[in-house]
Amino acid sequence: MNEESIKQIAEVVARYGANQESLVEILSDLNAQLGYLTQETIVEVARRLNLPQSHVFSVATFYSMLNVGPTGKHVIKMCEDAPCHLRGGQEVWQALQDALGIKFGETTPDGQWTLQATSCLGLCAVGPVVVVDDEVIGHVTAERIPEILARYRDEPSGGAA
Amino acid sequence: MTYRAQVLVGSAGEKAPAVEQALLGKIKELHLDQEIQVLEASTLGHPEQPVEIAVYPDGVHYVNVTPADAEVIVTEHLYKGRPVEPLRYREPQVEPLPAPSTKEVRVVLRNVGKIDPENIDDYIAEDGYQALAKVLTEMKPEEVIAEMKASGLRGRGGAGFPTWLKWQFARNSPGDEKYVVCNGDEGDPGAFMNRRVLEGDPHAVIEGMIIAAYVIGAHQGYFYVRAEYPIAIRTLRVAIKQAREYGLLGKDIFGSGFDFDLEVRMGAGAFVCGEETALMRSIEGERGMPTTRPPFPAVSGLWGKPTNINNVETYANVPQIIMRGGQWFASMGTEKSKGTKTFAIAGKVKRTGLIEVPLGITVREVVYDVGGGILDDKKFKAVQTGGPMGGCIPEQFLDLPVDYETLASVGSIMGSGGFVVMDEDTCMVDIARFFMEFVQDESCGKCTPCRVGTRRMLEILTDITEGRGQPGDIERLEKLGEYIKKGSLCGLGQGAPNPVLSTIKFFREEYEAHINDKKCPAKVCRALIEYTIEAEECIGCTRCARNCPVDAITGKAREPHVIDPTVCIRCGICQQVCPVGAVHVE
Repeated sequence: MNEESIKQIAEVVARYGANQESLVEILSDLNAQLGYLTQETIVEVARRLNLPQSHVFSVATFYSMLNVGPTGKHVIKMCEDAPCHLRGGQEVWQALQDALGIKFGETTPDGQWTLQATSCLGLCAVGPVVVVDDEVIGHVTAERIPEILARYRDEPSGGAA
Repeated sequence: MTYRAQVLVGSAGEKAPAVEQALLGKIKELHLDQEIQVLEASTLGHPEQPVEIAVYPDGVHYVNVTPADAEVIVTEHLYKGRPVEPLRYREPQVEPLPAPSTKEVRVVLRNVGKIDPENIDDYIAEDGYQALAKVLTEMKPEEVIAEMKASGLRGRGGAGFPTWLKWQFARNSPGDEKYVVCNGDEGDPGAFMNRRVLEGDPHAVIEGMIIAAYVIGAHQGYFYVRAEYPIAIRTLRVAIKQAREYGLLGKDIFGSGFDFDLEVRMGAGAFVCGEETALMRSIEGERGMPTTRPPFPAVSGLWGKPTNINNVETYANVPQIIMRGGQWFASMGTEKSKGTKTFAIAGKVKRTGLIEVPLGITVREVVYDVGGGILDDKKFKAVQTGGPMGGCIPEQFLDLPVDYETLASVGSIMGSGGFVVMDEDTCMVDIARFFMEFVQDESCGKCTPCRVGTRRMLEILTDITEGRGQPGDIERLEKLGEYIKKGSLCGLGQGAPNPVLSTIKFFREEYEAHINDKKCPAKVCRALIEYTIEAEECIGCTRCARNCPVDAITGKAREPHVIDPTVCIRCGICQQVCPVGAVHVE
């Protein structure tokens, strides 16, 4: 692990406090910055919080918003719970998988896109809802998927944050 | 600074930032920036309309606003004082809705969408923090508990435990270190009441928490808010900072000698953390897995200390109970379920969104009077209350009052307030499978009945919806459901079978049709339906054949077309594109 990464972790730990009660927030913050939590990150956080590595890993794998594997440049999250389902969420879900050629939980081979299922975003009144990176898009239909994807496809930067 | 007018921008729409920029730009250009304030709000009550803005004090709402419209609104309405009539919100013309205000009573939502949530002065102007002042300077903790008891307020997280009793337990629990926790981990699909309250009126919740802390003797509190609600978290952090600056949090609040402070803790995407014991484990930096009760949090909660944990909505009710009296609150609702409750109406109704109604209102009033009736005037089939652990209430119970006991008596629960309406086109087996998929996914894995049992139930339900159902499946589901209810530790497992059991109870014939006749009566389950073209109706326009993604349709121009069922993937596109309605589903 390079010095810069160690410094980054040190900063995040300092921000929330080097104690166990800050663990979920520390991991969330690092996850947002790095896209996912590497084994080295987990080991370093455990060392700084004086916790067993197994504990940090068990927490990192428990919460669905923390990733322990690489994600694509753009992360698309979608909730396909009942309210969105009733309003055509299933077609959107399918259209996303068809358009990218991957299933939910997977990343495209070119590392551009990750599809993640998320729990309800509480935006059911404008459902179906899709979140691309951190941008929320409501009233999504299967027909709108190509247009939505195109919007992000050409962006030079972005990242999994 | 006082402003002549305020413009609220509904931020749920993806285009809201562009509209806001256009507003700000034009306002500046016309030198109105000293007179007019632009605020971000959550949706203002017309969520079916993408971007909406409201101008106060005029109370004029505009919907479907584009950046260009926003500029017109600034020049015409804000500069020249003429509301832009063509852009104003109008009740839907197809069928005028009865004014929802006649059935709605806003207690928890009284300030939402009205005040700037990021300005504590707005809240104070609406009598904010007066209840806290009264409690800290005039009332003993016992008197607060007595007032809460008179109000009859019960837990709004869903279980309905009397709030005063919870407080009393935590107060009587021995210990010098105690905590109050606010459960803002609103994870039920289709429920977003707490989000709106936290985004729209955070100080009401903070005030309720400080009062609870005073009663039980706590000096530290935690807000646990799910990470899926970034705006709520941001708003709350601003509110806490402002409350600290005003001395409403911190040392010696109102010179009473009472100290209290608050911190926000974020979830990271685990539904089970809405369960109170799991939530506290998550705050401690553990995996959010539930633990057995007793001991209850009032005895052994956060870090083993006595802890009072209530839902966002429960706390939000407290200041008004103190200000207006427990008797006032108890005058609303039914004998055992007092006050109002917020619900999020979603699914197949004309008007989806957030409502607040007195408890005891009938299901029919909620669906037809407040929700405006079923979308496209179809037939009501059921309403699913209480989230994924709730049940489906069928048409025969439309006139039942909505209260804790009545909903439980028909196999559902109040839950946190999700209200998902289903119409005749909804397949109840598909919906049951759907909810089972949700709980299966969210089961934390600690208890075998929940971890394995929900998986088995999901497999059976999937078989039924895909045409592999067998005689005896219904009985197997019922038996498994009872085992899971009895054997699970927390509310998630205990409630997981509810959607299945209630749909079997009220829609058994749909299950039987899937299993015995291999038919889906609502024509939803793809494996059990077939698309055909009625030869006498077909005009041979070739549109269906051209649009079919798998080339399952053959036929010459101006001659009847035919669908090959072995190739057809039942996507339904042919039916959508047929100009004469010749494509039928069986």
